[in-house]
Amino acid sequence: MRVAEAWRVALDALRANRLRSALTMLGVIIGVASVVLLVAIGTGTKQQVEQQVEGLGSNLLLVVPGKIEVGTAPVVSPLTLKDVDAVTRVVGDPERVAVTVASGATARAGARSDFTTVQGVLETTPTVFTRSLARGRYLTGTDVDTSRRVAVLGDSVARALFPDRDPLGQQVTLAGVRFRVIGVFAPLGQSLGVDRDDEVHVPVTAAQRLWGTQRVDGIAVKAPDRERIDELGERIVAELNRRHPDTEFSAVTQQQILGVLGDILGVLTGVLAAIAGISLLVGGVGVSNIMLVSVRERTREIGLRKAVGARPRDIGVQFLLEAVLLTTIGGLTGMALGVGTALLVDALSPIPAAITWWSLALAFGVSAAVGIVFGVVPAQRAGRLDPVVALRAE
Amino acid sequence: MTGPVGDRPEAGSTAERVPAVEAVDVSRTYQLDGVSVEALRGVSLIVHPGDYVALVGPSGSGKSTLMHLLGGLDRPTGGRLVIGGRDVNALSPPEMATLRNETIGFVFQAFHLLPRTSAVENVALPLVYRGVPARQRRERAAAMLGRVGLGHRLDHRPNQMSGGEQQRVAIARALVTEPTVLLADEPTGNLDSVTGAAVLELLEQLNAESGVALVLVTHDQEVAGRAARRITMRDGVVVTDSDDPHDRPLSVDHDRPETLVPAPSAEPRSVSGSGPGHPSGGSGGAAGATGRLPQEPAPGGAEVGRPGGVA
Repeated sequence: MRVAEAWRVALDALRANRLRSALTMLGVIIGVASVVLLVAIGTGTKQQVEQQVEGLGSNLLLVVPGKIEVGTAPVVSPLTLKDVDAVTRVVGDPERVAVTVASGATARAGARSDFTTVQGVLETTPTVFTRSLARGRYLTGTDVDTSRRVAVLGDSVARALFPDRDPLGQQVTLAGVRFRVIGVFAPLGQSLGVDRDDEVHVPVTAAQRLWGTQRVDGIAVKAPDRERIDELGERIVAELNRRHPDTEFSAVTQQQILGVLGDILGVLTGVLAAIAGISLLVGGVGVSNIMLVSVRERTREIGLRKAVGARPRDIGVQFLLEAVLLTTIGGLTGMALGVGTALLVDALSPIPAAITWWSLALAFGVSAAVGIVFGVVPAQRAGRLDPVVALRAE
Repeated sequence: MTGPVGDRPEAGSTAERVPAVEAVDVSRTYQLDGVSVEALRGVSLIVHPGDYVALVGPSGSGKSTLMHLLGGLDRPTGGRLVIGGRDVNALSPPEMATLRNETIGFVFQAFHLLPRTSAVENVALPLVYRGVPARQRRERAAAMLGRVGLGHRLDHRPNQMSGGEQQRVAIARALVTEPTVLLADEPTGNLDSVTGAAVLELLEQLNAESGVALVLVTHDQEVAGRAARRITMRDGVVVTDSDDPHDRPLSVDHDRPETLVPAPSAEPRSVSGSGPGHPSGGSGGAAGATGRLPQEPAPGGAEVGRPGGVA
């Protein structure tokens, strides 16, 4: 009963000073809204990346020289197409093995040019990775075997070089060598700010000739099923270690890549939330400040309440509730603002944003906690006021 | 409800009545910037249920300090103070708050009503801290407002009421808990004389009807003159008490002329004001007061010029 009364009194006090209450809440609103928004962006980005990694194809095993860990330097690959043959023998199905040798190069068509990534690949790429074409055809086994100078353009490259023409059958010059366009990929969009449509696929043999190398950067294997994926990876790595005793090799699954990326993005989200949390903290200091002012202003009221029988705790609870009410109303408003902004950002900008229930629960909990933490000192001060002094206050 | 409310009928029935408030050699010293200020220096007095006492004295005489002590808002630094049968020095701050809630009603010069809060809610406030359910609070507060003649203004806010009405609301608030002592600190100080007189009459009527002890702090001699008993303070001590419970001889010599004339109406009023619960002591005290007062010195120069300013 007394608590219900205290709620009513607290709400009344906030209403009596609408502008001041609103301004105090604004600090909390901004803090909570930014926490919700930034966590939403972090979560959205993570989900997008996860979708994209999963969208590469299922049961994928990526074999690369060196270790896949954050902070390790990339290793120059000792792999060649002979190693790819060896891996294919281990896998037992050439359709399941894809390779890449990649390098940046300028692509030209007529007067237009575009700096892009040229990937030397096998004809198996669309099977191993899930890629589909918008137009034309992909590379064939014959294209690879004969090092034919044919190219499949990513959507962005096609738009850059042939904005007003059908690229099929046209010539492009890659690093000074002419290739014929035989196909255009369906667009994939962006991932972590990287344009995934900014690439050109050519036969791996043609790419090696273009750059004068025997090198293969990495091998991708589509495992027949999920259960045997780790065992297959171990066998491939063992075979490669036998062939290249001086180099370490790693076979990573999508799950492992997701784990690493998830960790990075999780840290990023955490940092964003912490930065936003600082503004919430500043909002809390504002609450504390205004509560101290409120205690001072209402000293006579406190004295009167004490005279008619309010115990120190009754007064303390009243002011604490007032602070908590400020921050929770601010918190709820901030949540609404944060969710609204996140939805707008997600809809109107390329930045993905996803609302998670835990971020809302956290933001609300934190704002209530801020009210308690920053309300305690003013509330104690109010509770301890000497009624004689308080009644005399002007 | 428990406590003093339960004690009261018992107090009235016994021949030797239990005092509402008893102060024995009470002193109160303040520390101001490292300097000790003795606001009260050994005050002894008893207030019985149903008493009508005027506490007078110039400003700085200690009467406000005494009132705060009698009301349980403050504790003595020396001596013994018993309110409603409980020794104040043995009580924690929350227990003091409960004691105030159950035994004391306050009426202040500046009314001290909560703004933006209706009359009925202002009156119900002490019941909130007693844990009375909302519906009962409203009923009791409304009934009390009816008794002070404001039954038609329950939902008016202080700023919609006149000063006299606000003070009536404050009186209703003080009495809604059925206290044993009603402490009124200059209750007419912020009111014009007509309104003030009406408020005073209301207080006297409630004192007579309900048996609540009325302690009136005032510098208004006319107001003080209406009380059955009059306690004059100066420099932190009681100079005269027309109903000295310890029957101690007054320490003041009769060498100064009395400049204050007690109101002629003091005696009859005090008899009726002390009520049926106070038959012999009240009238005897009042008679003593009128007999003794003319020989007593003026409490202070400040009061000499005051009666003229009051009418």
